[in-house]
Amino acid sequence: MKNDSDNSVLAKLQSVGVRRNNRWLVRDIDLTMHRGEIVSLIGPNGSGKTTVTKILAGSLEPDFGSVQRPPNIKIGYVPQSVTLDSTLPMTVQRLMDVPQPVDRSELIKVLTELDIQHLANASVQKLSGGEFQRALLARALLRKPDLLILDEPTQGLDVHGEALLFNRIAKIRDRMNCGILIVRHDLHLVMVQTDTVVCMNVHICCTGTPERVQKDEAYLNLFGKKAFEARALYSHLHDHDHRLDGSIKDL
Amino acid sequence: MFLIPDDFFSRAIIAGIGFTLVAGPLGCFVIWQRLAYLGEAMAHSALLGIALAIVLDINLMVGVFSICLFIAFMLSRVNSDSFLSGDSVLGIMSHSTLAIGLVLISFMYWIRVDVLDFLFGNIISVTWLEIAMIYMASAVALGVIVFKWRAMIGLTVDEQIAAAEGLQPNQTRILLMILLAGTIAIAMKIVGIILTVALLIIPAATARQVAKTPEQMAMFAVAFGSASVVGGMFMSLEFDTPPGPSIVVFALLLFLSMATAMLMRRRSQEGV
Repeated sequence: MKNDSDNSVLAKLQSVGVRRNNRWLVRDIDLTMHRGEIVSLIGPNGSGKTTVTKILAGSLEPDFGSVQRPPNIKIGYVPQSVTLDSTLPMTVQRLMDVPQPVDRSELIKVLTELDIQHLANASVQKLSGGEFQRALLARALLRKPDLLILDEPTQGLDVHGEALLFNRIAKIRDRMNCGILIVRHDLHLVMVQTDTVVCMNVHICCTGTPERVQKDEAYLNLFGKKAFEARALYSHLHDHDHRLDGSIKDL
Repeated sequence: MFLIPDDFFSRAIIAGIGFTLVAGPLGCFVIWQRLAYLGEAMAHSALLGIALAIVLDINLMVGVFSICLFIAFMLSRVNSDSFLSGDSVLGIMSHSTLAIGLVLISFMYWIRVDVLDFLFGNIISVTWLEIAMIYMASAVALGVIVFKWRAMIGLTVDEQIAAAEGLQPNQTRILLMILLAGTIAIAMKIVGIILTVALLIIPAATARQVAKTPEQMAMFAVAFGSASVVGGMFMSLEFDTPPGPSIVVFALLLFLSMATAMLMRRRSQEGV
């Protein structure tokens, strides 16, 4: 763990709680995000993950506890599912300028990095789910965020696509030195590059490196040993990619 | 020297174009955020605003603007916990405010008002003072739209992103409601209460078919709206038809021509 007092802290939640309709949405949350750190926030549906992201982003004031955020922290947010209304004319390139116009050369660079540069003039509504997700990621990146929040980024991706995305996220972290929070309800596969796993169900059940959390009693109670054993884990180490015709292309 | 012609026909066109300047971009938001029915309810309530304005002896546009804001505020109080859906509440408010307005006006025997003027507009009776008011209101509304355009587009793209990235979507939404109320207050004189939403939506819908970006759609909507005002006024003059409805009919003709043209283009591209 890094020292919390240094200036790499992007957000620090201390005993944070939110209560709505006589029910705790989240309670006693202690969470610190640092620059250059990848945190995976995992928990079942309805466990309050989204509430935590809202507090981190500053769009929700908690009822209890304290939130410390350096002023003017820039948030990049990629939500779980966005459907752009078909009545809104929007090309990929124009989407990158939401909300602020961005530098053209930077735009091309990021689109190329995410392999969607050929879609720059395409209408957003015509993209596939994965392409749209990458377009949203590109938009968030172009804001040069200090803290990047990815809500269920692997939804609708196959295992290979997921591995590819995780590689890209790790590269982003290295290049931009931002903090990255990945929110997932699938607990069994967290990103290999994750520094810290935070496992929550209204309160925080356990925190630590992926290896440590896997063996934690609270984690096993929450998600069940059975469910865990029903899946085999395999760390993909892809050194190549495939072209559309199946031939091999170096990464 | 070029003189602005001072006849009822030119005044009508000048007033109508002043309205479309703000109706174009705002009509786009009505389409994007599915506010057509809300706009309808606000427009219907305008008659109640007129009645109250007459009773209180204040400016009609101010009365309409206030009552439209009231409707928007009441609707924002409806949430998913309410025993009626927003849709039903809209239906109740839309028609009851119209009915109350009609009843109230019928009591006012001491002033001679033609309700039909309010329902379908009376653009040819527009005065220079009213034109000045229309252009002032339009200028203020347009200024706000331009100034807040990024936040408004951000809200339209995705509310969650807008909230997370500090764009304050709730504030932006309230602003849109105020703008919509203002636009309806202006529209009353031009096409009347019943046809207001048509002039917001139809030019924007025509623009949607050719626009690639939100900005293009807003600008095309102004162009198609202005063309509808001019075309509708000439139609009204030529065939002696009521001006408000003629403007809407002309807007519809533009929309249908555009839809047909786009369909034919797509057919020919597909090589059928």
